[in-house]
Amino acid sequence: MRPVPDHEQIELTRAELDRLVAGATGRLAGCASGEELEAATSEVLGRGSALSAMHRALAQVAPEERPALGEAINAARRAIEEVVERLRSELSVRQRAARLQADRLDLTEVLPSRLPGHLHVVTRVWEELEDVFLGMGYEIAEGNEVETDWYNFTALNIPPDHPARSMQDSFYLDHGGGESVLLRTHTSPVQVHLLERGELPVYAIVPGRVYRRDTADASHLPVFHQIEGLVVDRGVSFSDLAGTIDAFVRAIFGSGVASRLRPAYFPFTEPSAEFEITCTICGGAGCRTCRRTGWIELGGCGMVHPAVLEATGVDSETWTGFAFGFGIDRLALMRHGIEDLRTFVENDVRFLSQL
Amino acid sequence: MLVPLSWLHDFTPLDTDPTDDVAVRALAEVLNGLGLVVEGIEPAAGGPDGVVLARVLEIAPIEGLDRVRRVLVDAGRAAPVEIGCGAWNFAVGDVVPLATVGAVLPGGRVIARRSLRHVVSDGMLCSPAEVGLDDDAEGLLVLASTGRPDAPLPPGMTPGQPLGDYLGLEPDVVYDLAIEANRPDCLSIAGIARDLAAKLGLPFEVPSPRLEESGPPAAELAAARIDAPQLCRRLTGRVLTGVSVLASPVRLARRLRLAGMRPINALVDASNYVMVELGQPTHPYDLDRLAGGRITVRGARRGEELVTLDGQLRALGLATRGEGTGGELEEAVIVDGEDRPVGIAGVMGGADSEIGESTTQVLLEAAEFEARAIGRAAKRLGLRSEASIRFERGIDPLGVDRAADRVCELIVEAHRAAGAPLPVVAPGRLDACAEPYRPRRLTVRTERANALLGTELDAEAIAGYLRPIGFLAEPAGGDPLAGAEGFSGAGAEGGGAGGLLAVTVPSFRPDVTREVDVVEEVARHYGYEHIARTERRSPAIGRLSGRQAERRLLRRLAASTGAHEAWTASMVDPDEHSRLVESKLLVGVANPMAREESVLRAHLLPGLLAALRRNAARRYGSVRLFEVGHVFTAPGVGAALPAEREHLAIVLAEEGDSTVDAVHTWRLLAEGLRLAPEGYALEPLGEAAGTLALGAHPTRSAEVVVSAPTTGLGAVGVVGEVDPDVLATFGIAAERSVGWILLDLDALLVLPRRSPLARPVSPYPSSDIDLAFSLDEATPAAALERALAAAAGPCCEWVRLIDVYRGPGLSEGSRSLTYRLRFSAADRTLTDAEVGELRAGCIAAVEAALPAKLRG
Repeated sequence: MRPVPDHEQIELTRAELDRLVAGATGRLAGCASGEELEAATSEVLGRGSALSAMHRALAQVAPEERPALGEAINAARRAIEEVVERLRSELSVRQRAARLQADRLDLTEVLPSRLPGHLHVVTRVWEELEDVFLGMGYEIAEGNEVETDWYNFTALNIPPDHPARSMQDSFYLDHGGGESVLLRTHTSPVQVHLLERGELPVYAIVPGRVYRRDTADASHLPVFHQIEGLVVDRGVSFSDLAGTIDAFVRAIFGSGVASRLRPAYFPFTEPSAEFEITCTICGGAGCRTCRRTGWIELGGCGMVHPAVLEATGVDSETWTGFAFGFGIDRLALMRHGIEDLRTFVENDVRFLSQL
Repeated sequence: MLVPLSWLHDFTPLDTDPTDDVAVRALAEVLNGLGLVVEGIEPAAGGPDGVVLARVLEIAPIEGLDRVRRVLVDAGRAAPVEIGCGAWNFAVGDVVPLATVGAVLPGGRVIARRSLRHVVSDGMLCSPAEVGLDDDAEGLLVLASTGRPDAPLPPGMTPGQPLGDYLGLEPDVVYDLAIEANRPDCLSIAGIARDLAAKLGLPFEVPSPRLEESGPPAAELAAARIDAPQLCRRLTGRVLTGVSVLASPVRLARRLRLAGMRPINALVDASNYVMVELGQPTHPYDLDRLAGGRITVRGARRGEELVTLDGQLRALGLATRGEGTGGELEEAVIVDGEDRPVGIAGVMGGADSEIGESTTQVLLEAAEFEARAIGRAAKRLGLRSEASIRFERGIDPLGVDRAADRVCELIVEAHRAAGAPLPVVAPGRLDACAEPYRPRRLTVRTERANALLGTELDAEAIAGYLRPIGFLAEPAGGDPLAGAEGFSGAGAEGGGAGGLLAVTVPSFRPDVTREVDVVEEVARHYGYEHIARTERRSPAIGRLSGRQAERRLLRRLAASTGAHEAWTASMVDPDEHSRLVESKLLVGVANPMAREESVLRAHLLPGLLAALRRNAARRYGSVRLFEVGHVFTAPGVGAALPAEREHLAIVLAEEGDSTVDAVHTWRLLAEGLRLAPEGYALEPLGEAAGTLALGAHPTRSAEVVVSAPTTGLGAVGVVGEVDPDVLATFGIAAERSVGWILLDLDALLVLPRRSPLARPVSPYPSSDIDLAFSLDEATPAAALERALAAAAGPCCEWVRLIDVYRGPGLSEGSRSLTYRLRFSAADRTLTDAEVGELRAGCIAAVEAALPAKLRG
């Protein structure tokens, strides 16, 4: 590089300007960092620069030559400024690239973190069922798990000495005197509470925990969950029941699953029926699960027995209704391919965190 | 109920071929459609191929063999057949089954020619088990004993005749039906056949028994009386003399076996056969073993005992309720002429008067006992018999005599088939009647039936469904239908759909007591599958209640902390539970499955700790669990039911979890529910901490309490850690800390919420001030925070604890708490002077109210 000239001695010619631009460009291009570039920029464009000296020398030039030379100086300045701008931008891109490279992270090397926990499978199926019936305009009614004999049996047309209330089936509680008290054997006591409320019509479902004196095995638990529906309105018929069952079966299982009813017996409904749905394993073709029938039993249903309406003070001539019920746990088994109900109460975190 | 197809055929001409799988299944579908649910279908083969009748001509030892003898039999061939046989229960002249060479026995065994020393065995003589008739494998099936090789054979028996032909064994199929409790009529073959015939449009008939009576009348030989009319409506008896105790005809025995009953002897079998066939239990007594030759029904007396047929000593008359109410709660017993119990009525007979080898005279009892009395007795004695099940559900009061006659007919037939002298059936019946049967009559409204079912049946159609199942249905008087023309004119009169029917319920349907029961019968025979499906919409809008929506929210918030939802037992171990909850608060189960499940849970902690322990044992001890469920405590004075509350519990047992995590989780729940901060407070556990705080770490937990004293709710829950002693009790390593939150949803969800109205945010710059105070350890930080918030005034956006310091520079028993407060005004930028004033105000307020000092 040439020694820095004494600017005051610079000849104010176009040739000298061109040299100056060329020299400045070379000087700037040699800069490796932002700081260097800024230093070089003030060197070539600042007050002490040759260009500034030239500008000052313009005063000495003959007036008629001044505009042209002035314009030439400005052009030289603009040319150098453009170079500076270009180099600044190039340097910034390089610097960003270098910084990004330094910050590089392999996202797959991040250590495991805490994940949200899971709702119990039974809760999920339970809520899903609730949502289906909410969509059909039903309210969700709830009740206590401990009930009196009246609500669990008598009001539901299960009189004393009926086989369904035998000690073998129900858990009675130790209670000094008075009416016998037991863990509800079905969610139906809530039907009685709903009807006693005296607000008709009723369109409600009742999900809940129920208790039966069964030894725990793959398909039985002494504690399990049921959902039942109750509709009481004017002019409700068995054909409404059949249509409603069809509607919710399709909503829960999909449009490919049909339902059918066959006669059955429950003390609190008359006529009574079991309802079956297309076997979800074989799609109705017949398999081991459905015992080659193409149908699997889901639950029970029927027209509310007039005795139940009468026991709760509802006029059974004006009002008729239907009820249906089925197991939530069993549906959860079917849906998730679980073979043993006892899995639900083991609370093994390897199971709980799966579904 | 096991139902052989061939037996149904006795009553209605079904054309189902038992070997045609498609036809067998089609009939099963008809049964299902009637509500007689088929739970199993079991084919029964006919007689085994290649097995023929053979008469024993000669029996001789085989030299050198002790256990096998050489037997020559006449199997209808030109020459006798030589057989090696290891059985010893037969004699020359007996007729036995011979499996010929090449025969395949029911078990799959193929018979081949064998050599035993010099004897060539050309087949095998068979036991009942080997020919598939019984499980008796001890000795040969002896079909007849004639005593001599040349004596005449019983009629219809020839050597060489296939065994199946001789026994009348046709291929059969057995349906296993689940009979609902309201169909006592279908606890009989005839009842099922009636329902099937009606559905299929086939004729149906129960043949009347044919009896030849002779000798002295029954009433001279024995007597029957009812002393307890509330327990027995009708008691009848037949007397047979000159009976022999012999085996039942093979065909009858086979049917009994297919129906799941074990043949015993012709007398007992006839009684059992008729119970299965007609649904009426009967009981044969050895008349010679009945003192005074008489039976009486009365209530059992306290202290009476009886050894029943199964050999068990039964204590009677122990009904605990209703003493002195006339005995209707006691078992009904049958007593003899000396007032000694000889049977528990309707449940089981006594061993003393049982039919035995020496029986020659039989008193056959047939009765209608009170259904509920039999049910109670069977339950109390833990003895549910085939008879008690039928009485309990209700037998056909008009079928009692027919059943008794049918048993007699079968006993006589059995004697005839065995070539034994025929017994004498004494003319007439013993008969005691407490209450004559009166048929039930109901009015059925066609309109009502259609409204209930959603059908459009006319009265004639309804009657048409009812008549084949035994209901009389006629147009009722006072109705346009009633007239000389009956139904035929009904349609023309336009009264068809509104017509009334007078329906007489058949005696075998005690379950039908109301109009709606008849409507169900119509629906069953019309076919549920033919009832149209209509849509019925709820007029309401379906939505979760506030409680339900918030319970769902709480579950999701709990899960968002990484906790999994558990489902722990509601019935728990009293020993384990009482370590936490006082025994007197626990609600006991009167009839638990096991002692470990004999009280209701009063608290969710034990269940969750047990779940934790189980997971820890499987190397998954680092876990968070939560549960939402009901808990129960003993009722207060005067309350009928236990106190039942719904709780949410979270255990935080991941590595490093402690009170701090519990507090974080509590804040998350409180924020999720938008609880108003001024509505509750976290208070250190005091002496008065309630049930909710049981099991909580005494110094590292706080009760969530309602701030507003007027609500009177008290504690909402507890937040903190589990008491280390409790962890140890539940077998969880004591060196870890376990975070713990328990909330009573009833109390939690009524806490006041933040206002739903939005507050505008200030557009002006805000200013922060940091204040560090040294505060006495005994004073909760919350008090300082409350004092700051109160002093900071409306310009304060928030007060936040940003540092806690303990160590040098502080006096003993105090710590330093640094709070940051952010200020802004809605309408201007606060000046330095204003902020300075606020700062001074805060300091002054805190220092005045609390043992706190600003640190320089």
